[in-house]
Amino acid sequence: MTNEIIIAGFGGQGIISAGMIIAQAGMSEGRYVTFFPSYGAEMRGGTANCSVVVSDEEVASPVVDRPDTLMVMNEPSLIRFEPRVKENGILFFNQTLIKSRPKRKDIKIYPVEANLIAEELGSGRIANMVMLGAFAAVTKTVDLDSLKAAQRVIFKKADEKMHRLNDQALERGYKLING
Amino acid sequence: MSERYLFRGNHAIAEGAMRAGCRFFAGYPITPQNEIPEYFSARMPDYGGVFLQTESEIAAINMLFGASAAGVRAMTTSSSPGISLMQEGISYSCGADLPMVIANVVRGGPGLGNIAPAQSDYFQATRGGGHGDYRTPVLAPNSVQEMFEFPKLAFELAERYRTPVIILADGLLGQMIEPLEYTFDPVDPKTLPKKDYILDGCKGRERRVIRSYDLRPGYLEKLNFERIKKYQKIEAEEVRYETDHLDDAEFVIIAYGTCSRVAKAAVRLARNNGVKMGLLRPITLWPFPKKMIEELTGKTRLFIVVEMSMGQMIEDVELVVKGKAPVRLIPHPGGGIPTAREIWERFQQFREEL
Amino acid sequence: MRKVYHRPEGLTDTLMRYCPGCGHGIIHRIIAELLVELNIRERTVGIAPVGCSVFADEYFNCDMIQPAHGRGPAVATGLKRANPDLIVFSYQGDGDLAAIGTAEIVHAAARNENFTVIFVNNAIYGMTGGQLAPTTLPNMVSTTTPRGRNTKLAGNPIRVCELLNSLDGPVYINRTSVHTPQWVLKTKKAIKRGFEIQMAKKGFALIEVLSMCPTNWRMSPIESSRWIEEVMSKYYELKLFRDLTKEEK
Repeated sequence: MTNEIIIAGFGGQGIISAGMIIAQAGMSEGRYVTFFPSYGAEMRGGTANCSVVVSDEEVASPVVDRPDTLMVMNEPSLIRFEPRVKENGILFFNQTLIKSRPKRKDIKIYPVEANLIAEELGSGRIANMVMLGAFAAVTKTVDLDSLKAAQRVIFKKADEKMHRLNDQALERGYKLING
Repeated sequence: MSERYLFRGNHAIAEGAMRAGCRFFAGYPITPQNEIPEYFSARMPDYGGVFLQTESEIAAINMLFGASAAGVRAMTTSSSPGISLMQEGISYSCGADLPMVIANVVRGGPGLGNIAPAQSDYFQATRGGGHGDYRTPVLAPNSVQEMFEFPKLAFELAERYRTPVIILADGLLGQMIEPLEYTFDPVDPKTLPKKDYILDGCKGRERRVIRSYDLRPGYLEKLNFERIKKYQKIEAEEVRYETDHLDDAEFVIIAYGTCSRVAKAAVRLARNNGVKMGLLRPITLWPFPKKMIEELTGKTRLFIVVEMSMGQMIEDVELVVKGKAPVRLIPHPGGGIPTAREIWERFQQFREEL
Repeated sequence: MRKVYHRPEGLTDTLMRYCPGCGHGIIHRIIAELLVELNIRERTVGIAPVGCSVFADEYFNCDMIQPAHGRGPAVATGLKRANPDLIVFSYQGDGDLAAIGTAEIVHAAARNENFTVIFVNNAIYGMTGGQLAPTTLPNMVSTTTPRGRNTKLAGNPIRVCELLNSLDGPVYINRTSVHTPQWVLKTKKAIKRGFEIQMAKKGFALIEVLSMCPTNWRMSPIESSRWIEEVMSKYYELKLFRDLTKEEK
């Protein structure tokens, strides 16, 4: 099993950390992983995207051209990346912030109220965690528990309160699918 | 499997260098390698070494000239425009036979170019790069694990042959994050054999002089002939490469660094489609794996060179193949990265045109 | 018979190739004497520049290194930081230090690196045959200012001590000369002070020494000395600019 993933959105939406959490979770499960962030000249406010590959075999190319799985957190990212998803691939989109709707008929599409749920929990900043919960439930690429453990590694400087909030957001996203 | 940590390539190369006994780092900020000096600045005090952010890359390479003369394992890192500035110091270091390690996290050029991954400094790295008759061994990692391991290999080569060694990475390898395993124990520099040429004061011995010039008629020519012997030994003994599915390959991709990863995916794609494709990945770009390519020339229907440049490594391939087999190029200059699908599609075109 | 004058142990037994009347030989001897008097010869690394004194690596009887043009202060930084027990001096001419190596000297001074710089200013490029130097005086003839240095075209000279004295970093800055026996003695005192500051790990010291270049000035040695007295030292004031170790007292 190989899952080639692209995550995209605004800078500040936790795109890079979401990718790193998947990579960390995959590694903890003994899988091969590789992660590549876009890096630009702008320090803040630009678009951000990253590729993650999680695989049972050694990862050849770290470059994801046509993803199996796409998670988009904002409108421009949907427009840019939707056409690149593989046939029969999976698309998660942040329904709270994206007004238009995906057009592809040959892929599976999951709307996720990422920001709405995150705000309910108390912080729009954890919308990425909601998305990751849904991702785990649908693709089974990594376990929910691995994601929970991984966010504690990636956000090792955050406090326990933040870690618990992240766990809740992951669970809410997961339950959207396996509710 | 022992413990693994997620590591960014730029952090891995710094950690690997310090574990390899590097105790002197001097460098100047430039994207996409800024995480390297940042990491050195944070960790070097724990290793009891020197970290210096310099006024320029010129100063950095010359500080290495001094630090290496004093006998410590010294390293600098930069990206393409900064490496251009260092060429003077690299030439002098070769002229003075001083070991040091220089990592280039290559970005798009020429000029200020861009900050995307590229391989367009291949000529500069493999031909010497500065003035005068010299070469430097060039190591091309293709994973975070190798970003960690190659500084140690580079220091060993540098000291064995008393030469600067280049690690040629690119922006993708620097920014990429992969699991890393600490595959070697930290080297304590105090346990390394004492060098017999360093400048540590002439107490109890004849004074020593380190210089790159000799103005006496005929002497420099003699010296350079001597140095050529060193290069010939490196060419004979230090060629490194990796192969993938070459045993029965009719079609061979030659690619290094990031491109070799993509090429490996292309080989999988080809094999899944019943095509006998294989990969030769040079790990040392100088010395170049000439013998291996010579052996392949007789049995290969087509060589495909994939590089993130305008056609630089292909010249080394063609020098060996000498027209005895077709060689085609898939170039990506200026920051573009090839994809496995693209290689596969271009290959099919090339095959039809044969 | 009593020997009253001999070659100091700080110099090798090599015939110097400097021109008659050139100041380098005097300055070399001063340094060589100090290496012995301060008992530092066996732990010293000297840095030879590019220029006439490139051959300094043959003349000083201590470990020597000869790097790229102008990069002495960077090389000194590498040596000294890598091995703080060394005594390091960077011997540089005006082209080396004040033209091509401007960035390196300014930043080494700003960082207050713990080494000693001997800056020989003879207002001309000696080895390449008398071209304009960054310290060539206004209206002075050089082979690339054959009608005299027109500051509107060739720019103005750089006063290195004054420039570095604007920095917080350096501990000691002094400008002396070797055009008379009195000034030779003063120069020796100044360079000695520079080494002592380094030995006490106090930091950066630069001694600028005005020096004769009869060959490229197209003067006799005596005329050259007189020219420093009457002209050059009027433009480059001979004085102690800074000694922070004295202010501490």
